[in-house]
Amino acid sequence: MQPLSTHIIRAFPDVLIDPIASFNSIKIKLKKEGSVSFKLTVNGVSHTVDLPAEVPLLWVLRDEIGMTGTKFGCGVAACGACTVHIDGEAVRSCQVQVADVWGDVTTIEGLGQPDTLSILQNAWLENQVAQCGYCQSGQIMQAAKLLADNSNPTDEDIDDAMQGNLCRCGTYPRIRAAIHDAAKSMGA
Amino acid sequence: MSRIGKIARRTFLIGSAAIAGGVAFGVYKYNEDPENPLTSEGDKAVLNPFVFVDENGITLITPKAEMGQGVHTTWAALIAEELDVELSQINVLHGPPAVAYYNSALMGLALPFLDYEVGKFQDNLRGYVGEAGKLLGIQLTGGSTSMKDGFERMRLVGASTRETFKLAAANRWGLDRADLSTSAGMVSSSDGRTATYVELAAEAAALKPPKVDLRSPNEWRLLGQSQPRVDMLAKVTGTAEFGADIRVPGMKFATVRMNPKRSSMLRFDASETEKMAGVERIVDLGDGIAVIASNTWLAMQAADAIEITWQDANYVETTEGFFDQLAQGFDGEVNATPREEGDVEQGFAGTEVYAEYKMPFLAHSTMEPMNATALYTAEAMTIWSGSQAPLSARDSAAEAVGLAPESVDLIVPYLGGAFGRRGETDFSDLAARVAKAMPGVPIKTTWSREEDMRHDTYRPPAIARFKGVVTEGEAVMLDGQIISQSVLDLDGANRENVTGSFDQPYGIPNYRIRGYLAELGVPTGFWRSVGASINGFVFDSFIDEMAHAAGRDPLEFRLELVRREHAPSATVLETLKNMTNWTGQTPDGIGRGVAFTYSFGTPVAEAIEVQDTGNGIKIAKCWIAADPGFALDPSIVEAQLFGGAIYGLSAAIMGEITFADGEVEQYNFPDYDALRMHTAPEFDVRILENNKFIGGIGEPGTPPAAPALANALFDLTGIRARELPLIKTFDLIT
Ligand code: FES
Ligand code: FES
Repeated sequence: MQPLSTHIIRAFPDVLIDPIASFNSIKIKLKKEGSVSFKLTVNGVSHTVDLPAEVPLLWVLRDEIGMTGTKFGCGVAACGACTVHIDGEAVRSCQVQVADVWGDVTTIEGLGQPDTLSILQNAWLENQVAQCGYCQSGQIMQAAKLLADNSNPTDEDIDDAMQGNLCRCGTYPRIRAAIHDAAKSMGA
Repeated sequence: MSRIGKIARRTFLIGSAAIAGGVAFGVYKYNEDPENPLTSEGDKAVLNPFVFVDENGITLITPKAEMGQGVHTTWAALIAEELDVELSQINVLHGPPAVAYYNSALMGLALPFLDYEVGKFQDNLRGYVGEAGKLLGIQLTGGSTSMKDGFERMRLVGASTRETFKLAAANRWGLDRADLSTSAGMVSSSDGRTATYVELAAEAAALKPPKVDLRSPNEWRLLGQSQPRVDMLAKVTGTAEFGADIRVPGMKFATVRMNPKRSSMLRFDASETEKMAGVERIVDLGDGIAVIASNTWLAMQAADAIEITWQDANYVETTEGFFDQLAQGFDGEVNATPREEGDVEQGFAGTEVYAEYKMPFLAHSTMEPMNATALYTAEAMTIWSGSQAPLSARDSAAEAVGLAPESVDLIVPYLGGAFGRRGETDFSDLAARVAKAMPGVPIKTTWSREEDMRHDTYRPPAIARFKGVVTEGEAVMLDGQIISQSVLDLDGANRENVTGSFDQPYGIPNYRIRGYLAELGVPTGFWRSVGASINGFVFDSFIDEMAHAAGRDPLEFRLELVRREHAPSATVLETLKNMTNWTGQTPDGIGRGVAFTYSFGTPVAEAIEVQDTGNGIKIAKCWIAADPGFALDPSIVEAQLFGGAIYGLSAAIMGEITFADGEVEQYNFPDYDALRMHTAPEFDVRILENNKFIGGIGEPGTPPAAPALANALFDLTGIRARELPLIKTFDLIT
């Protein structure tokens, strides 16, 4: 399966035309004997999990490894709450089966911890971006990829890169400001 | 006598109590008072505990759930202001559910402490929030009441606590309390002696807190300034713990499937499912099923594979059916006429205006799907639930599994959005029932997005019929009728479903609003700004229609009518006029609309500029002017205002829940989407402080958003949208 780059994917009504079909398409019959051992490297630490190959990376991180910074929002690539990096590529972890993880995984926990904040997280802090905060891990991981590709994004670049990441609290104006600030700090 | 009556007669006194290793401060109350959730039993003097000072430092226990609105930060600032500590010295914890944490504002005690004239708008507000309190249980974070509730009490606790520490130090040093000073959590004497609050805690616990006066706002150090939010660091590092993130050793993961037709279950066949990977248990809930598995995704796959036969819906099954029911309801009895000024029936010369508006069901679609975690044993239960109403959630979950409420502990983590949805108890009840199937095993029950969207307590649909007359450029009569399903379980007149229309500060000499109720049978509930979210659109759209019928500039027309009733509201509109350089003229391809709604004690005016790109209509800009009385934390107030507007705009543009065969037709974000980075407008927010009392801020940004947009689209296209969502009428970019 081709890795899903969130940079390109925009799951909107025009993509998922039939909601029932899309709902059913993720229905996969699994058998108990279907478990396989997988080795993953997450934020530089290696983990071994015994699971059916189809389990999405999102749930491996959250339920199996216990790293809950990466969030579940929709399960159908429509919200971006589950965004992580695989080998530097921003992906929707709800869409990547554990068997298909092709490289090292970086999650929000790996981007920076409270005492080792990345420039980007610090810009988020300075701009007081989060409200409920539930979408923010995904927003930050998506923005990190944008800045890795483009050190000085325009508003239009931000629109393009961030539109797959939903925020029901409506923090968009401050996300935009934080990305611009981080770009400035990184350039400085 | 009702509980409201009892509480209304109480006075607050500040008390202290010794706790292990320190002291707790809070509101002191007498015999009939609720049990203290934090100190040991048998203590007659019951304390409503807000602050602990012990070897761990200073801890604020807040009964308010943090759902994004910044309440933990502002409550901490209210205490820190008078306590003379820095915000960074305070840990904020969400307290356990307890009757002691009643919400004074919601209990109809709104704003007893400020010297304002109780005008009809404030009075209406009080009546409204009191009703809401009755419904949802008294410990509730909602109705934009947190600041009204905490504004005086938290500062009083801070001040009394500070003076008690000074008294303890004065006793220790043989000095006069009045000669001591405090800062940064420390008492100092003029001769250079110092003691921290933590060092003084044991001595302070033995003292009766002195009476205190509050500092005047011009002495404030923290309040009125933007503070770094206490939850921000955790939220930018993925370490904030939401309900969905609860981890308990040995836990299992579950999901549920309940009837999308919202009635019972006839039978199910799980023979295939039991063999599926990771499945531990299929639970027959009677009205649905749960699957307990080794991870959430495996549980969801298995739940989805179960063949279930559902009982049919107990309601009309289609969207059209519901609207027919609403339309017929106008032939029934009037439920409430909360405003009747002049005589709307007298007959008027002038131009008549008539409009009928239709508003759909809406889902809350919080970013974090519904979930809760429970650990049940035969004697007790612990439940972790992101509840806006933990007391009723605890009681309801206890009842669901047959335990006494006292045997249930409910812990409230961060809420990943709430918007009213998390005031319901269903998700806590279900988690409790699932956990009961495996006693001794902690089980997290997470709903799929599809389950969440199709089992919401929706904003009810509504129809409104408005008549008006304009004569010589003046509004002389407005007569509105609104019908929807009530979200309150009340007998008698219910003003809630006409809120946002009857309570507007418009000086129209003949002004009547009548509310009607219909029983649709679909679960509905509070949705950010509740009645005002519906009626703000109706009322303000109609004012705009009247302005055009009168041949007047829509902003000037509003301003003139509002000026007669409420000066702070007029100033809000004037401010908006300056912010937007309003001329009433727009170039081709650009449209501008203005709207105004007074809700939760806060007048808010919004203007929107739309642009025809030739490739769809873009919402380019949104200006907001609001007056919450006191902007205790301007950065949080600003975020709530633009966030509230985005929530309102998302619904106005594309929000619609529809029914076919008794089932909701929307499953997930692709069919119930919201504004995103590229569709959200640029914002300019101005906060005023002319209102004489403190108003809400989490909700008032929402109601004017939909009419401002609809009015702007009218300006651009000449087409008046009387039905939401607007995407049905206009080619908006999504
Ligand atoms: S949970 Fe993966 S995109 Fe929404
Ligand atoms: S901050 Fe709440 S969903 Fe984005």
